[in-house]
Amino acid sequence: NEVVQALQDRLTTVEANLAAAASQIGSVAEPAPLKADTYQIGRLALSEEIAAWDVDVLPDGRGLPVGSGDVFTGEEVFADQCAACHGDFAEGVDNWPVLAGGFDTLADEDPIKTVGSYWPHLSTVWDYINRSMPFGAAGTLTADETYAIVAYILYSNDMVDDDFVLSQENFADFEMHNKDGFVLDDRAETEYAAWRTEPCMKNCKEEVEVTMRSVFLVETPPEGGSNSVMNSATIDGLPSFSATGPAFIPAATVAPKAPAATKAIVEEVSAEDQEAQLIDDGKKVFKKCRACHEVGEGAKNGSGPHLNGIVGRTMGSVDGFKYSKVFAAALDDGLVWDDEALASFLEKPKSYMKGTKMAFSGLKKASDQQAVIEYLRTFGE
Amino acid sequence: QTPDPAITELQDWASYLGAGVDETPYGLPISFESDVIRRNVEWLTASPISSINFTPIHALEGTITPQGCAFERHHSGAIELHKDDYRLMINGLVERPLVFTYEDLERLPRENHVYFCECAANTGMEWAGAQLNGVQFTHGMIHNMEYTGVPLRTLLKEAGADISLDKWVYVEGADASSNGRSIPMEKALDDVLVAFKANGEALRMEHGYPVRLVVPGWEGNLWVKWLRRIEITDRAVESREETSKYTDVYEDGVARKWTWVMDAKSVITSPSPQMPITHGAGPMVISGLAWSGHGQITRVDVSKDGGITWETARLGKQGDTKALTRFYLDTEWDGAPMLLQARAMDDTGYVQPTKEQLREQRGENAVYHNNCIQTWYVDVEGKAENVEVS
Repeated sequence: NEVVQALQDRLTTVEANLAAAASQIGSVAEPAPLKADTYQIGRLALSEEIAAWDVDVLPDGRGLPVGSGDVFTGEEVFADQCAACHGDFAEGVDNWPVLAGGFDTLADEDPIKTVGSYWPHLSTVWDYINRSMPFGAAGTLTADETYAIVAYILYSNDMVDDDFVLSQENFADFEMHNKDGFVLDDRAETEYAAWRTEPCMKNCKEEVEVTMRSVFLVETPPEGGSNSVMNSATIDGLPSFSATGPAFIPAATVAPKAPAATKAIVEEVSAEDQEAQLIDDGKKVFKKCRACHEVGEGAKNGSGPHLNGIVGRTMGSVDGFKYSKVFAAALDDGLVWDDEALASFLEKPKSYMKGTKMAFSGLKKASDQQAVIEYLRTFGE
Repeated sequence: QTPDPAITELQDWASYLGAGVDETPYGLPISFESDVIRRNVEWLTASPISSINFTPIHALEGTITPQGCAFERHHSGAIELHKDDYRLMINGLVERPLVFTYEDLERLPRENHVYFCECAANTGMEWAGAQLNGVQFTHGMIHNMEYTGVPLRTLLKEAGADISLDKWVYVEGADASSNGRSIPMEKALDDVLVAFKANGEALRMEHGYPVRLVVPGWEGNLWVKWLRRIEITDRAVESREETSKYTDVYEDGVARKWTWVMDAKSVITSPSPQMPITHGAGPMVISGLAWSGHGQITRVDVSKDGGITWETARLGKQGDTKALTRFYLDTEWDGAPMLLQARAMDDTGYVQPTKEQLREQRGENAVYHNNCIQTWYVDVEGKAENVEVS
């Protein structure tokens, strides 16, 4: 109890200190200073540079270059440059944007927002195509080609006839279907005023029911991405809730049997994969060796000799390493580190090479021995 | 009870040696955490080049998002732009149109701030009902980093920009999408940063290396990556991304534009569908995130019964302005089913709305700016599912 009291006292002190600190801290971060004049950093932009980058077009047409394009030319350019994604008639392919049609659908359940039905300014169409399209080859269209494509998109929306020619001169005259379809953000009036109220904490509703379950279950495979699977569960059998808690407690569903996947995993693995796996395993097992042995580029002798080229090498033959007598003898006898010798040595070093200085107790598992040998084999002299 | 072999047996790692200091000069998470990654939903977009993925917020704690798993949104792919090739132009209504190099930017006074960046479409799939089962997918278009950068106002002053409040600042990226957005002058002068570091290191390629714009509290699309041009204009450009996209169509077919601010929002990250309760009844921590584009999170309430009764959660730390705040409900689970919800409040007094309130105002087609209260149904086994409630 004394301990609890002491902790409680300590906590009270910490809280008091925090409160005191909070009341004293005025501005936590000081803003970066602004110099009265300028820092003289940056250089003047040249007019050619501004011309190269400042190509945006304003709703009133400012920024448009001189040029023109007709519907027929537009159809050709569109077929060539745009139709792969947007369709020959701007109807959209797969998930790519639909550019035509959808008039008077904006209040529907699924509005079709196209250039014709939704975009308020023609300038946006020209500007976007000019700067950002075609997808993967942005900035490659000429001004005339862009005028022609825009003319064709207007035609595909039944907004102009087939003899229409668009240019910087008639551009500003053009009015889009949905030009009056936008209002400025009015959340402050319509929502904030009503939602800035003290929220309810108790008995806020009488009863709550689940009205919808997730449409998709989502699998998250180890290789990344996700798979959405339709959720077959219904709201049947779920409890409703009231102030006293859930109406009933559903029985725990029986846990599904372990999937048969374990079997499937043991499918055929290619020889290369097996080899790679073995080397990878060996790298992990080798952690037990690397306190004394180095491998790879620049490997040096440590408490043990470096092991580059060990597989197939004569025992006791690494230059500059001071071997124990048993290895000096092995060198004289011309004994070689073949797979078998390595495995036996690794299993129980002290019995295979009586008198070795190597303190390692050994790798009991044949699979570990094998893996290390395969790993070592990847390091040549 | 039998002795735990993890304790009684000598373990490999307690005996042999671990990795050396230079094994991974720039580290990745340990292999056991390899499932904590950004993930995409293939059918959402036509191509992974113009697409989005989701931050694994279910598996993260605290508030800072590591760059390596912070969601990405590209319109024409993430580009490799070397610092040496980087140029930033300021032109338009300025006395001196200027070009800055990357080096130039590092010579100007800079600031550090933690801010959240949320895509306007975060939770957008949920307008028409509970869709994907996972908080990574319902709420993962968000990240929260500490940015280092030069205030935009410093650059505007350097160029002698016309900063009268009826002017606009148009910002544009260097990638092939050339994403451009118009920002009203008042915001540009307030807290917008031209940022070149995040969480202490260079921005990642996917987040706009070497320089991106940071527009605190406002929708992610304005945070132009690979920022290459700033133009002072006398009206909004009304580019593709601010007319045909990132506008909110309401039930009557009329669309709201310039809906920049991300309103207050919160979500329980654990338990959640990807983070079931695995320990059975007893003490547990309900953990979640809250944020507001208007300012600080002041309070988060949690309900276990679908909104009948609420308890006020503990904030992990007093909320930073326009940054993620971690909240906790340290509680006891009795093993009965729960309908878990969180409800955030910010320092303007705004209370996070229910789905019902939002739909009443806006219908189901707005796509963007869905900040509704999220519900997880937790069953007796501790599994959680994305649901809607009455």
